[in-house]
Formats: sequence, C-alpha cells, structure tokens
Amino acid sequence: MTNARKRKLQNIAALSLSALCALIGLGILFAILFDVLKNGARSINWALFTQDPAPPHLAGGGGLKSAFLGQGLLTLAAAALGVPLGILAGTYLAEYGRNRKYAKIVSNLADMAISVPSIVIGTFVYAILVKPWGGFNGWAGAAALAIIILPVIIRTTEEMMAMVPWNLREAAFALGASYHKVIVTVVYRAAAGGIFTGILLAVARVAGETAPLLFTSFNANFFKLSLSGPTPSLTVTIYLYAASPYENWVRMAWAAAFVVTALVLALNILGRALIKYRVKG
Amino acid sequence: MDLLEVKNLDFYYGSQKALADVTLNIRRNAITSLIGPSGCGKTTLLRCFNRMHDLYPGNRYAGEIRLQGRNILSKNEDLINLRSSVGMVFQKPTPFPMSVFDNIAYGPRLKGQRNLSFLREKVEKALRQAALWEEVKDRLKENAGGLSGGQQQRLSIARTLAVDPEVILFDESTSALDPISSQKIEDLMTELKKDVTIVAVTHNMQQAARVSDYTALMYLGSLVEYDETEIIFTRPQKKMTEEYVLGRFG
Repeated sequence: MTNARKRKLQNIAALSLSALCALIGLGILFAILFDVLKNGARSINWALFTQDPAPPHLAGGGGLKSAFLGQGLLTLAAAALGVPLGILAGTYLAEYGRNRKYAKIVSNLADMAISVPSIVIGTFVYAILVKPWGGFNGWAGAAALAIIILPVIIRTTEEMMAMVPWNLREAAFALGASYHKVIVTVVYRAAAGGIFTGILLAVARVAGETAPLLFTSFNANFFKLSLSGPTPSLTVTIYLYAASPYENWVRMAWAAAFVVTALVLALNILGRALIKYRVKG
Repeated sequence: MDLLEVKNLDFYYGSQKALADVTLNIRRNAITSLIGPSGCGKTTLLRCFNRMHDLYPGNRYAGEIRLQGRNILSKNEDLINLRSSVGMVFQKPTPFPMSVFDNIAYGPRLKGQRNLSFLREKVEKALRQAALWEEVKDRLKENAGGLSGGQQQRLSIARTLAVDPEVILFDESTSALDPISSQKIEDLMTELKKDVTIVAVTHNMQQAARVSDYTALMYLGSLVEYDETEIIFTRPQKKMTEEYVLGRFG
C-alpha cells in the first residue's frame, strides 16, 4: 500500500469514528428530549399549574402548583443571594485585585468551585443551615443554589470586565473620574451584556439541580409562599414522584420533567442568542 | 509665566529609568509637538502631565512639573482636580458605551452637574468647538459607538472640552485615522489653541511641521532640542535634530 493511500484510509477511519461517536451522543440526547416531550406533553394540562397534588388513589386529579411556586421562589432567592455577591466579588478580582497574587488564587479557587459536585454543596448546607435550625427549609435550599451559582458569576463577571479595553478606563480617568466611578459608569456598562448572559446561564444551570435541594428544602405537598419551612421544587418532585408506584404521580413527574427541561432550554437559548447578538452588534 | 514648566524631570517605570533630566516650558495657547523615535519617552512625558502613570503601581517621578506655578508632582496634588484641568485624547477613539449626549456630559456630571438645560448647553458648545455638532445634532441619543472613527475621535475631543481644561494632551491622536479625518483633527487643533494649550505626541513629522508652534525632539528619555517648529525643521542647532527631521534615523 502506498503511503498516500494509507494516509487516506487513516483519514477516513478517523472521520467515520468521530462522526459515529457524535451521532451516538446526539442520538442519546435527542432520545431523552423526545421521551420527555412525548410523555410530558401528554400530561400537561391546566390543572397542573393551578392545583395541588391529589392523593395517589384519585386518578387524574391534582397538579403541581406548589412545586412551580416553590421552584420559582427558590430560584429567585438563590439569584438574589448569589448575583450581587458574585458581581461584587468578580469586580474586585477584575479591578482592585488585578495583578495581585491572592486575587489570582481566589480566581483559580472559584474555577475549582464550579466543578464541585452539587451533592457536596447540598450536604454542606445541610450541616450548617438545616441541622442546626431544626429541619428542612427553603432558605437552606436557596443558599445551596446560591453557592452553586456564585463561582460561575464571579468568574463570568471577572472575565467580562477584563475584556473591557484599558483605553476606555484611562479615558474616563483622564476626565477626572475616581476608580469606582470608572467601574460603575463605564466598565459595567461595557460588560453588562456579557455579565447578564452569564447570570442567565448560571440560573439556567441551577434551575435543574436536584441533589442540593434533597438535603435542604426537600419537599412539601402544600406550600404557603414562604421559604422558612420545607419547600417543594420541580426537580425534587420528579425524583420522588417518578419512583412512586402511582400512575398519576408518575404522570406528574413527566409533566414536571417537561417543564423543567423546557425552562432550562429556553434560558440557554436566550443566553446564547444574547451572546450572538452581542458579538454581531 | 509659561503654563507648564518642567524642571529636571526624571521618571521611572519600576527600576527602569524612562525620562532623564527633562527641562522644558510649554507656552500658553500654542501647540507643542513632541517628536522622536519609538521608545524615546515622548508618550511617557505626555502622561506625566496628567499623572496617568499613577494608575499603575511602581512608577515614580522626580523633579518638578509646574502648572500655573503649582507643582503637580507633589504628594498632595488632587488627581481628580488635575485631570479636569489637563485633558487627554488617546491614540484610538474611546467612545464610552452610551449615547453621544451622555459621552459629552460625562465630565460635567462627574463634577456633580445635574441641571439638564445647563448640560444641553455644555454639550452643544463642546460639540461645536470640536466641529462635530452639525454631524451629530440629530443623533445625540444614539450610541456613540455608531459614529465613524474620525467622528469618534472628535467626540473624544468634545468630551474633554466639556470639562473646560487648560491643557489638552494629544497622544498620537490622528495615527489611527484616515487622511481626511486626520486633516479635520489638525484643523481643529489649530482652532482650539485660541482657548486651550495643546501638547501633542506625533510620529508624523509633516504633521508636527504643519500644525505646531513649538517642537521638542526626544531621544532615549532625554530632550535633544526644543525650539520654535520653524527653527527645528529648517535650521536646528544639533546635528541629531537635523538628521531626524530629514528622516535619516529613527
């Protein structure tokens, strides 16, 4: 076999192997999405959003109103805790701490924190915010989610601010602006789109978390719009209902899976569309 | 008394000496060009006038720079105050990510000015001075990033003018522009010297010869020769100056 022929064959082999793997990966992903869509869409109805769960023997009745409200409140509270903290910490790393050794260390630690398994964060919050306070509560769940998004927001903020050209800061300094004025009036404006996109993607990620909530907010069938007791969420509902022997609970788990998937997908698409829009504009 | 008096100025980036014993006086309401080969210290000198070097750690000055008699290198100098009397226009246009109006109003607002009719007047005056008003008067609310490069540079000049500086520093401010836009900036500089004093770093010798009243040649961190532009370009005292302006080195 000539050398050229051999190289051609190698190329074909590598190409088909990687194409095959891509197909398998995408196939699995689409199978999951298709399954969730098929089973979920069938179980979606108005009652799902307006009613609370019915006892398992009442076939067909009930909904997940509480889980939707709980999920929304948990996510909002997590964002309210994590976003300001993350933006300010990222600002410190990108601006005041720039070029300092400890800022680099903190930045690297944040990178590592992004990949800490969420169940570890769940057990950690269980130890500090559930056990000492006498039981599962929504605030602990929100805190766990906030801890998960915090490093993502810190790093996004830092990177987006570091991308703002120094020229722009110097121009503001040259007009007699103090450093905090430069940051607030110029750097934040220039980086706002990127930071917002980062927040959106971080929230999307955390909206699909289950493990940290199992240890913290757990679940409740009826929810009074307060985070001080156990708080239902869609993801924990899926976990509990999908494994139950009752047909109508399993159906609601499918419905919840459908809604969570759609929500996370929508947030991701929105985030990515924003990135594209910014790159173009 | 000259507006800016530089006396025995040394400047260090960390341990590296970048300016050595520079002494020169900048005349009021004139354009002074700083020329010299890359790395000669002309931009370093320019950035001493508004203490831009203070933004970065480890930089150090020695000697004096007097602005209207006051030593601006003193430890007590209020940099915010200094920078509103010594404005700067950079090599690349630096529109802030906001509207044309907000760009120009940025400086006055920093000083606490909130009165909208005052700001409107200020913005119009600055844009007229920068010969940009006619082009943008209907686009004041649009993002400044949508202006052309030459317009953005005149916007930067207008933004500086809006804080009423005594001196404006131009740091190679036409080198990123096309010839027609550069020409507009040059005309503008000539127009502006009625109201302000201009110090300009340039790599373009024809430009220095065309627009400036005084020219200083720098080399390796030192001042080689400083005189009226006409003398520097026609009958300089030093051999090195003659060779540089004739393009034989640099």
